[in-house]
Amino acid sequence: MLRRVFVSGVSWTYLALVYAFIFLPVAVLVLFSFQDGRLPVPPFNGFSMQWYEAVFADRKLMAALSNSMLVAISSSVVSCVLGFLAAYSLARYKLPGSALQRGLLIAPMTVSYLIIALGLLALLNALHMPLSLLTVGIGHVVINLPLCFAIIYASMGDHQINIERAARDLGASDFKVMALVTAPMLMPSILAAFFLSVTFSWDEFIIAFLLSRFDVTLPVEIWSMLRSGLNPKTNAIGSLVFLASVALLLILEFSLFGRTKKQ
Amino acid sequence: MTATTLEDADRRKAWGFAAPALLWTLAFFVVPFLFMAAMSLWKREGREIVRVWNLDNYARFFSENALLQGLVNSLEITVIVTVLSVLLAYPLAWIIAERVPKRFQRMALILAILPFWTSYVVRSYSWLLVLSKNGVINQMLTGLGLIAEPLEIASTRTATVIGFVHFFVMLLTLTIYSNLIQLSPNYRRAAADLGANAFQTFWHVVLPLTLPGIMTGAFLTFVLCIGDYVTPQILGGNNELVLPQIIMLQLGRRADFPMAAALSIILMLAVTVAYVLCARWLKIERA
Amino acid sequence: MTAPVSIENVSKTFGHFTALDKVSLDIRAGEFIVLLGPSGCGKTTLLSILGGFLSPSSGRVVIGDRDMTFVTPAKRPTTTMFQDYALFPHMRLVDNVGFGLRMRGLGKAERDEKALGFLDLVGLKASAGKRPHELSGGQRQRVALARALAVDPEVLLLDEPLGALDLKLRRQMQDELKAIQKRVGTTFVHVTHDQEEAMAIADRIVVMNQGRIEDFGPPSQIYMRPRSLFSAGFMGEVNFVPGRVKAANASSAEVETSLGSLALPAANFTAAVPKAGDVITLTIRPEHFRGEDKSDDPMFALGDARVAGSAFFGTHYRCHLQPCATDGDALVAHLPQSSDVRDGEIVPLAVRAADVVALPAASGTL
Repeated sequence: MLRRVFVSGVSWTYLALVYAFIFLPVAVLVLFSFQDGRLPVPPFNGFSMQWYEAVFADRKLMAALSNSMLVAISSSVVSCVLGFLAAYSLARYKLPGSALQRGLLIAPMTVSYLIIALGLLALLNALHMPLSLLTVGIGHVVINLPLCFAIIYASMGDHQINIERAARDLGASDFKVMALVTAPMLMPSILAAFFLSVTFSWDEFIIAFLLSRFDVTLPVEIWSMLRSGLNPKTNAIGSLVFLASVALLLILEFSLFGRTKKQ
Repeated sequence: MTATTLEDADRRKAWGFAAPALLWTLAFFVVPFLFMAAMSLWKREGREIVRVWNLDNYARFFSENALLQGLVNSLEITVIVTVLSVLLAYPLAWIIAERVPKRFQRMALILAILPFWTSYVVRSYSWLLVLSKNGVINQMLTGLGLIAEPLEIASTRTATVIGFVHFFVMLLTLTIYSNLIQLSPNYRRAAADLGANAFQTFWHVVLPLTLPGIMTGAFLTFVLCIGDYVTPQILGGNNELVLPQIIMLQLGRRADFPMAAALSIILMLAVTVAYVLCARWLKIERA
Repeated sequence: MTAPVSIENVSKTFGHFTALDKVSLDIRAGEFIVLLGPSGCGKTTLLSILGGFLSPSSGRVVIGDRDMTFVTPAKRPTTTMFQDYALFPHMRLVDNVGFGLRMRGLGKAERDEKALGFLDLVGLKASAGKRPHELSGGQRQRVALARALAVDPEVLLLDEPLGALDLKLRRQMQDELKAIQKRVGTTFVHVTHDQEEAMAIADRIVVMNQGRIEDFGPPSQIYMRPRSLFSAGFMGEVNFVPGRVKAANASSAEVETSLGSLALPAANFTAAVPKAGDVITLTIRPEHFRGEDKSDDPMFALGDARVAGSAFFGTHYRCHLQPCATDGDALVAHLPQSSDVRDGEIVPLAVRAADVVALPAASGTL
């Protein structure tokens, strides 16, 4: 009995300590985004919204925000469409060398983003292609395509084969089978792949940094803000991104959770 | 009537569906990578890149201490981070899976990975707020009178390690937790039934069964950690450079693309060696 | 709509495995055909080739008067009803049934009306707005039938559609399936491994084994006058009695067995014309044994047998009988309910000449 109390005491203490470690930087970040002063470090001088105002007044930051959204959403759509088509092909048809193809499609997952970015940069330079949001998007598809393919491929169960056959048997073309039968059946995993992909692209720094020029994404813009050292404005934009992501996460969690519960 | 069989027609269609993804991966991943590998065998002379096949970059890597030290730093930091993260995350995942009531587990897990959703760059920056000379920790310790002079944590290897461990503890908690709850409770019941105490059950049954999950998570940690530029650059500063920082230096200040390419290949080789070393525990294909 | 189907010399190999070996079959328009055989006999492969999900390695498939060998499923006048029903889980029943019509470009109002009509045919009109997961197994099966019929196919292919149902429901659905087939007149090709189901619904049964057709005909013919030992054995319990043809002429043959000699009409040699010296196997169904002679038909006395064991089956006693003349295999016989069978009792055995079928002996003994 005493031992059990001891073990459970140790457990809860450990839990509390690790949670404190995990939350410490985020708490400091959010707290000092409201700092009434020029330094986001103790002492806390008082509550102020001035840094949030500064964030919204910063046109470069706002442009970077919309660039990030554009790149994240469009690269995720491309990744999901290509990943879905490839998963459909490899899960439903017997192709020679399909293990090799699967290997090729998920290979970028095992290579550091830095190396992917360097390779693309070297090639783009050699081809004299200008860097832009488009090249960032291309890079983000390279890293997100394996993810989307793997998630969607894993969710293509054999029990769905006859359902697709039935649709084809009743006169549906392959694209109609995909659009009216396969995609709706796999919607939860397609959405999961899409949102994960959006998250990764949204947060990605090194590819966006190396493959962009004038229009940059949010992480790259924040990076250049870091040069001015500790700055409550950086806290403010960081907190905004954090709170927006958490809000989105909670919405998804509850809507997707409701969906899985229903099925 | 067509002479081709239905299977032939199917195969052609299947190629058509797989082609866009395959071509994308070939054009924007395989070709650039091969191009970069080729470039690592060229060299920079003055401002020009000379397309003569040679191994100078690799020779320089092994002869120049600053470069070789980068790899050593990278490996040391990565190994320390991986081990620390696993050691911290496993008990956390275990407590969430075993001690936290079932209906609160999902909530506990979401909380444990909530800081994931800060931007990666901002996460490193926020550790700077905590660790810098006038940051939270130093002000707290001096305020309590525990230290007279502020500690130099920021811009050291310690800061880099803390920043990394923070990130990977979250990642590993997630993977280890999902491993733990997939274990059938019958294994534990069987072990207890056969006379094993709680520790023996954990050591002989639970731990070996979750080892593949741990190794997969550890490998992921290794790959992401050794290739990261942001955290060491923000938290570690310029004191002990890791390989990605050196690669970026070649690219920026020195415009030596062939050298950067050669260092990237070396970085990849390090990852490959790590993969070979723990391949027998990894189940990446059907994970 | 309905159409005849002609399968000409169809073979299918998967690597080194021969799934179908030169199968030929002519199906009349409007017929209810059952492909019957154990798993792995090739019946499902044949159905897939009819449906267009596989193409044969050689041979031809003609439906109506058009060569369909390499036509895709969508363009064939066939629809398939799958064993797992393959209903679209995310669509309402009315949309499931209307799917084929939608693919044919019908407007929503028109296809909904038709779909409701077919749901009515299978008795599920009231559930049109439900989704498949809200239905029982039997109901799903009916929706699958309605969906397959809604596009008015010439040939409906059914892949063990009753396999997932429990026995009672299966027997009930057999009758419904048969009734609906009569009503719509479509050619049905139905795959099963259940010989009772086959007899209950088929106009003609195709017995398949190891990629070949063993037997083909109406249920009574397959049962009473099987053309192969496999067919005889698969259709129900049967006794195999080895024998040899002593003498044969155009109308009858003299056969010698361990139970005595019999003169069989040549017509009872269903697989080959008898010749003197042929080694054969006689097949006798358990219910064809008679305890005593009746005078109206030519009967053969097979001597006395000892009851080695018996069980009451309701409609009959199923008995193991050991013929007194030999110490060979025991025979299985069904004796009438009214007979008072006791173990160890000696009973006289007889059989009607017309009920005995003689087939060439298998290379190995069965």
